[in-house]
Amino acid sequence: MRINMGPSHPSMHGTVRIALDLDGEVVRKAEVEIGYLHRAFEKTAENRTWNQVVPYTDRLNYVSPVINNVGYVMAVEKLLGIEVPERGQYVRVLMSEVSRITDHLTCNAANAMEVGAMTVFIYLMEAREVFYHLIEDVTGARLTVSYARVGGVTGDLTPGFLDGLPRAIRRLRVALDESSRLLMKNRIFYDRFRGVGVLPRGTAVEHGITGPVGRASGVDYDVRRDLPYLAYDRLSFEVPTGTLGDSYDRFRVRMEEMEQSVRLIQQCVRDMPEGPVSADDQRVNLPPKEDVYRDMEALIRHFKLLMPGHGIRPPAGEAYSAVEGANGELGFYVVSDGTDRPWRVRCRPPCFFAVSALDKMIEGGMLADVVPTFGSINMIAGELDR
Amino acid sequence: MNGPGPLHAELKARFGDGVGEGGADGAFEVIRVDGGSIRGVASFLKASGNFALMDLTAVDWLGCGGGEKPARLELVYYFFQLSGAGRAKRAGMRVRVKVPVPDDGTAVPSLAPVFGSADWLEREVWDMFGIRFAGHPNLKRILLYEEFSGHPLRKDYPLRGQQPRVRQGFPGVPPFGRRPDVLG
Repeated sequence: MRINMGPSHPSMHGTVRIALDLDGEVVRKAEVEIGYLHRAFEKTAENRTWNQVVPYTDRLNYVSPVINNVGYVMAVEKLLGIEVPERGQYVRVLMSEVSRITDHLTCNAANAMEVGAMTVFIYLMEAREVFYHLIEDVTGARLTVSYARVGGVTGDLTPGFLDGLPRAIRRLRVALDESSRLLMKNRIFYDRFRGVGVLPRGTAVEHGITGPVGRASGVDYDVRRDLPYLAYDRLSFEVPTGTLGDSYDRFRVRMEEMEQSVRLIQQCVRDMPEGPVSADDQRVNLPPKEDVYRDMEALIRHFKLLMPGHGIRPPAGEAYSAVEGANGELGFYVVSDGTDRPWRVRCRPPCFFAVSALDKMIEGGMLADVVPTFGSINMIAGELDR
Repeated sequence: MNGPGPLHAELKARFGDGVGEGGADGAFEVIRVDGGSIRGVASFLKASGNFALMDLTAVDWLGCGGGEKPARLELVYYFFQLSGAGRAKRAGMRVRVKVPVPDDGTAVPSLAPVFGSADWLEREVWDMFGIRFAGHPNLKRILLYEEFSGHPLRKDYPLRGQQPRVRQGFPGVPPFGRRPDVLG
């Protein structure tokens, strides 16, 4: 029997259609159809100025928006040859890791809920709420943060953030500990996740899958460790991997990655130097408002950065910059023609590759196995379809 | 761009004229390759260095001011070495391969038989740019709906392009509007 799962389905995270050919409960063939949330990000980016693209990047992987923001502006900074000051780098790393925690919390919570563990869902969501509160203190928004700008970030960390951080980490550790103890050795959870949705290592490399999904399958690759950017080369952290590549491994890798993110956050808070968070570069950075009102040069600089046709104009060329998104290598390939608008912006979405292998992961399994498998991939429609 | 790297020299030795100029861009080696040689180059990269196809996109140079471009459209392939990374604790080689594609409907050989990721990536390039891939098992649109006309990431597709409404209907039910026997 051919049956549709989606595009409107309670377990489909976002809109995705899986057309299943079923033989009883066994999935004989699966065809995954995406594109229901295609919003023309890349075309839009060609018609906005370089900084105006940043809010659109929020809406890519909308559960870890800071990582998208940072990924995009790093590509533009590569074109311009700008280096963000020390403190700015640490702030970006810290906010990225907080974003990564919210993403993994969401994924694992939803995944657990879909197999019936409602309590774990509530515990992890409660922990996530505390982090959203912190993010809101710094950026002003929970999800659509637009935190990065070319050359730096919108603003430094606030006292509210730094004061609330230790408590948030404690709450997170409690939630992770409770959830682990409820699930990881639970008979039902183990039976539903172990050996389900296996992604062999060879297939993962074939499909270019990185991130928690790839690492659970044994692809030992992490952009933060292997191609360090920002402050990651000065921080120490482990990269958890799995062996089987099944849904259980993916769940466990995410739990362990959250603990590593906490380590990174604590190191950032300890090592962060004082100083500016944005590069004091004429080409990208607005002068302080007090100077704009008093000083002719500052006024001209302010004008030149904001008027159409002027503004940030990287030299003609191209750059590719990759960051470790919550789902894997999130790459931005930007092409400049020398004007104040990008010629081409390409976002390499990490979950695109994981979803492209989804049909292989569910074929041969049962219908009920589709749910934990699909949940453990962490498909975010905003990033998948752009 | 700096001078060409070691991989370029090796590819040039193997594929001769199919390989154009090389250069470097930060961590990347950038190599220009002909459409006819791309499948050979890709197979060689996979067999000899265990490269993975990490991304495939295209750039439409129509209307771009700066300088002579090799063709209107240009495919950009990203090949990375993933498998060596963990043990060496640093990334393997990264290569950006550029293939010029004239805008006359010529098809580029598909990499789907070589790399698993090429299937969906090439579908997206077909969807957005209209570049055909010869030998692709299932070259249909992936992000847009089937009845969409045009290829939106081309520069001659307007930002606010309108599409005709799709006619759908069942036998006995007209696709748009009301049933003729119902008043009002």
